[in-house]
Amino acid sequence: MLYALCFLLFMIGLYCAVVKKNMVKIVIGLAIMEYAVNLFLIMLGYRAGGAAPIIDRTYLEAGTDKVTASFINAAVDPLPQALVLTSIVISLGSLALIIAMCIRIYGKYGTFDITEIRRLKG
Amino acid sequence: MIKALPAFVVIPLVTAFVLPVLGRKGKGAATVLANLATMALLVLAVASIGKSGIYEVGNWSFRVGIVLVLDGLSSLLLLAIGIVSTAAMLFSTRYMEQYTAKSKYLSLFMLMVAGMNGLVISGDIFNVFVFLEIASLASYALVGFGCEEEELEASFKYMVLGSVASSFILFGIALIYGNTASLNMACVSEAIQRSGMNAGLAFALALLIAGFGLKAALVPFHAWLPDAHPSAPAPISAMLSGVLIKSLGVYALARVVFNIYGVSVAVGWVLIALAILSMVVGVFLAVGQWDFKRLLAYHSISQMGYVVLGIAIGALILAQGGSVAWASLAILGGLFHLVNHAVFKSLLFLASGSIQMATGTRNLKQLGGLAQRMPVTRATCAIASASIAGVPPFNGFWSKLILVVAAVQAGLLWVAAVTVLVSLVTLISFLKVHRYVFLGDLPENLHQTRESSGLMLVSMGFLACLCVLMGLLLLVPSLKETILDPAVKVLTDGLNYSRWMMEMQAARGKIL
Repeated sequence: MLYALCFLLFMIGLYCAVVKKNMVKIVIGLAIMEYAVNLFLIMLGYRAGGAAPIIDRTYLEAGTDKVTASFINAAVDPLPQALVLTSIVISLGSLALIIAMCIRIYGKYGTFDITEIRRLKG
Repeated sequence: MIKALPAFVVIPLVTAFVLPVLGRKGKGAATVLANLATMALLVLAVASIGKSGIYEVGNWSFRVGIVLVLDGLSSLLLLAIGIVSTAAMLFSTRYMEQYTAKSKYLSLFMLMVAGMNGLVISGDIFNVFVFLEIASLASYALVGFGCEEEELEASFKYMVLGSVASSFILFGIALIYGNTASLNMACVSEAIQRSGMNAGLAFALALLIAGFGLKAALVPFHAWLPDAHPSAPAPISAMLSGVLIKSLGVYALARVVFNIYGVSVAVGWVLIALAILSMVVGVFLAVGQWDFKRLLAYHSISQMGYVVLGIAIGALILAQGGSVAWASLAILGGLFHLVNHAVFKSLLFLASGSIQMATGTRNLKQLGGLAQRMPVTRATCAIASASIAGVPPFNGFWSKLILVVAAVQAGLLWVAAVTVLVSLVTLISFLKVHRYVFLGDLPENLHQTRESSGLMLVSMGFLACLCVLMGLLLLVPSLKETILDPAVKVLTDGLNYSRWMMEMQAARGKIL
């Protein structure tokens, strides 16, 4: 159910990026798509009432360096969090670039409406 | 060699961050450094041919850590990237003097190379995404590098579609992770073989095909390419058309389809349909163009169709359980055309840059009679045109010949017919280019035109020699066995990729 809502958010972002005429709204649509994917990744690793995946001495089986089964069953998956951090940084970079490009286009054309920015044809 | 694998990413990345530090005064030094870096990468790529192995970053086991993988397909792509980036960088030395902020340009160029190199040697799918974004971000900025109206518009369009594609790809990767609990390509492939396909994995495959298809500019995902590629400075057009769409699009697609999921009949037909659409639509849109670089960009779409067609026919034959030899032949045709296209299309873009720099225009109607004024550009452009149109004995002829034979062997006679027809239309459109650019009367305002300077001609001559000589790659058995066959074998082996990687891991364990 939650995954479906997440996909809905992705589709809203895609709709916004494809249909809207205003450049800033297109950029907002792209950002929504990226957030939806990030949210999806986080939800993959989420576990209700789970423990932080930090290994403490109390989680080790006595006398070994293996973690206990109860810890494995309780801990959330740390990998998606690392992935999301990376993907947030990447989307920050691409959003900064695209917004800078919007500002330059506004400086040249004096409008944010993509139907009026049509020098390229064919 | 395997120890040196990270150098493919580290060299361009370090160079990219050193170059802007040199600043305006160190422009000459920056140019020399960037050229040395691309040449070093070419040497490394040549040295990597015939080698294979895995490199575990930080010595973490490949199940948990990041791995870099070198196999036949990766070396082939590394070689193509090395050749095109060396030539484009030599060309930029003089060409980019027209623009300001040359060191920023060089820095972005190196970032793009780092992204592409990283993508083709990466062994896990999330790193594929990261490197893909590095290369894409650098290319968005480079397309808009001139900061004129058209360039900014093209860059914005490219960036919007590119970001959508990246989101698709990341979503697909997240779905794969959710279903297989792994990111390493070998482990993912193993998990898929164990559990079989399910709805989530199938949806992930669809998202990945759409995402990589957008990056490869296959019709119907092609809308950004004819705007973006002509708007970039000429050496960047050469890089984008020559290697970027191939490493980000076709290479990644082939890896996912062959090595991770394993081929299936449905996917084979989807890819054949995309390939035929690209070939036909691209070439017919190209014939009517009057802007030299835009015409070349449409031909890129059409030629990418050939590359995907070869790979797709191979996938179809393998999925139907047909003979592996014919599947190998089809894939060989596709991959050989990939390398050939990298060489001749980048040469054509460099020639168009040379003409634009000398005359100030790239409108075919305003050009004419340049054969006397620019003999070297004319000769190289003629060689590249003959190659792209498939005139023997140039390289394009051999790869198209293999594709036609493979299509006939697969029983797809109509596909073979379309292939030949598209090739004929390509020939017509390049005859038009020659008629309007090099023959006819020299317009009044172009009487002062002079041939471009030394290094630009050197880089064009280098690529032209390759166009003539690359037929040898196929005809000389030892070259074919060391360069092309290992790459084909990676794809025909398909799902054995994961077993191969486990064996490499085991062998490595024994050495330690």
